[in-house]
Amino acid sequence: MITIDANGMHYRDLNRLIREGIGRGVKKFFLENVNGQYYIGDGIKGDDITININGIPGNDLGVFMDGPTIAVNGNAQDNVGNTMNAGKILIKGDAGDVVGYGMRGGRIYILGNAGYRVGIHMKGYNEQLPVIIIGGKVGSFFAEYMAGGVIVLLGLNDTDDAAGDYFAAGMHGGVIYLRKKIDFSKYSKEVELYEADDNDMAFLKKYLLEYADDFNISFEDIAGKPFYKIVPSSARPYAHLYTSA
Amino acid sequence: MIKSSFSNIQSEYLALIDHTKCVRCKRCIQNCGWGTYSFGGDKILSDHTKCVACGRCYTYCPEGAISIVKNPTVIRENGNWKENHIKSIWKQSETGGIVISGMGTTFKYKKYFDHILLDACQVTNPSIDPLREPMELKTYLGKKPSKIELDFNEEGEPILKTKMPPQIELQTPFVFGAMSYGSISLNAQKAMALAARALGIVMNTGEGGLHDDLVPFGKNIIVQVASGRFGVHRDYLNSGIAVEIKIGQGAKPGIGGHLPGEKIGLDISRTRMIPIGTDAISPAPHHDIYSIEDLRQLIFAIKEATNYEKPVSVKVAAVHNIAAIVSGIVRAGADIVYIDGYTGGTGAAPNIIKDHVGIPIELALAQVDERLREEGIRNEASLIAAGSIRSSADAVKAIALGADAVAIGTAALIVMGCHVCGKCNTGNCSWGITTQRPELVRRLDPEVYGERLYNLISAWSHEIQEVLGAMGVNSIESLRGSRERLRGVELTDAELKVLGIKHAGL
Repeated sequence: MITIDANGMHYRDLNRLIREGIGRGVKKFFLENVNGQYYIGDGIKGDDITININGIPGNDLGVFMDGPTIAVNGNAQDNVGNTMNAGKILIKGDAGDVVGYGMRGGRIYILGNAGYRVGIHMKGYNEQLPVIIIGGKVGSFFAEYMAGGVIVLLGLNDTDDAAGDYFAAGMHGGVIYLRKKIDFSKYSKEVELYEADDNDMAFLKKYLLEYADDFNISFEDIAGKPFYKIVPSSARPYAHLYTSA
Repeated sequence: MIKSSFSNIQSEYLALIDHTKCVRCKRCIQNCGWGTYSFGGDKILSDHTKCVACGRCYTYCPEGAISIVKNPTVIRENGNWKENHIKSIWKQSETGGIVISGMGTTFKYKKYFDHILLDACQVTNPSIDPLREPMELKTYLGKKPSKIELDFNEEGEPILKTKMPPQIELQTPFVFGAMSYGSISLNAQKAMALAARALGIVMNTGEGGLHDDLVPFGKNIIVQVASGRFGVHRDYLNSGIAVEIKIGQGAKPGIGGHLPGEKIGLDISRTRMIPIGTDAISPAPHHDIYSIEDLRQLIFAIKEATNYEKPVSVKVAAVHNIAAIVSGIVRAGADIVYIDGYTGGTGAAPNIIKDHVGIPIELALAQVDERLREEGIRNEASLIAAGSIRSSADAVKAIALGADAVAIGTAALIVMGCHVCGKCNTGNCSWGITTQRPELVRRLDPEVYGERLYNLISAWSHEIQEVLGAMGVNSIESLRGSRERLRGVELTDAELKVLGIKHAGL
């Protein structure tokens, strides 16, 4: 276990210290006074490594990450979990834009809100099933080009609209669960809406229990309502757009 | 709508069989990936509508019984309404679709390489015979320091104190351009990997991930990261000699990619790390890059993930403000910039983009080199020029215009039998190149075509040495960006100005 005071430190030095620590066999990292440093956890590997962050990490938190757990005691900025392969990221505040871009595995749990383009081009593959759970609301282009995996939008603060415009535009794989029905006119033409059945809820329970446990909130409070499920109408949305010369 | 049963579009070619020569061995039936031929009980029948003139059948007909001819039935000639306009209108009115095709544009735009002539020595300085004297083609791609510091050991010999940024060492200034597993077959990629290793150059995975079989070739492979992030993970980034961020492609600037679900079988699914049968869609932009600053962010995310040990290349299409764009890319921290001209190839792109978007590589390259020199940052990144390099002459001219190396895509496929039929998008390539059908892929032998690729690049390298010798220089480095050794013919003042070269005679 090591503690690193990141105050005034360049991201290059901070990330080098983390990489060197992992090389020496350190499993637990406590980063204090983090203030906008980019790329924390970039490309690191190892299921038993945890990084606790006090402060606000900069863009690309956990980019290309493959296994470790990062917990942020506050807000995060853009590109959380960019092209992440495995591992877990917990954000106890809000996250910025483009959460989980091209994410292939692992989990990102956000207690608060997230910005535009959450889960864009997220994809599942074999046993790898990426999962994003957002406690609050999200901006426009939610789940754009989504190709696989699971996104759960809880909308816990009970605002009218938990998602912005261009909802699930280009979605061609994966599944979105909503705790609250949203304005149907915002749905892309490429998706279909169903009420979540018992199988869905049984599947979700494992993740929601973990989410509730991670953020120390009541499972009953977040799982109590009927959920809705959104799936793409086709895995081939653009199959008929082209003709060969 | 009622689907009408007839089409206005008549077959472009006729597959004619000389039945007096034909021995009914049916090899043509087996070889044609398009289903042109069938056996009619006593003779081979041709469905001309299916023929694309890919050349496979007559190459493998043991009796020389097949001729492919252009359909002599004319569409009435008209200088304004060309055949391609009329056919496109018919096709689109019948299908309602965007017309797509493979390879580069088929339009006859001016090819500037064909209007540039090289210099040679006469009397005042001696030419060099490359067969007898050393002629250096070795090329290093990567950031070069703006100054170097030296120390001296006890014997007074200089020791380099400056830490050199990572470089790709090429034995000859060629690389194979990015062509993904999916757009081309694994055997086609393997042929390039074998040739790259034998030649001491590199190939490029394209955006389709790295197949397990190619992992041992890592030192000769650039791995690509495109907007779909297919197969991209930390080990992938570290498995090649360099990482390339694909922003654009000459054949389709500004648009994304789309590998249709029917091509995503088990092996491609594993390599791209996506489920079988889903469309592999690459969005038009990277959604973490909306600015030069964002590009810098991804460049350094990759450098962090690879411990600053790999050069990072950025590939862009040549477009109108390319000089300013490349300046930004270099300032964003790219070690290599790959510029792809508008005649570059593709696995599939809408014709509207392929035929009408982008600018020639010659003009783009000249302006980029000029701009980077003016700004004093030319050493910060190497330049790769691409977009139908058809010969060693094109390569030499590109290098004299400012490129460090050139990329070969379509030419490499032509080595493998490609007849540039432009139907790569259909996945029926009879040569086993741009197809995933196992019975077609199997016929492309990586060893055979790896050797032919080796032969081609070796021959082109010797030709470059001949030209360098004629110009009296003994190193490709001496020609790089040396536009004084170029002259233009049949070019306007504006064209000469953009190219930064004088008219022949001056």
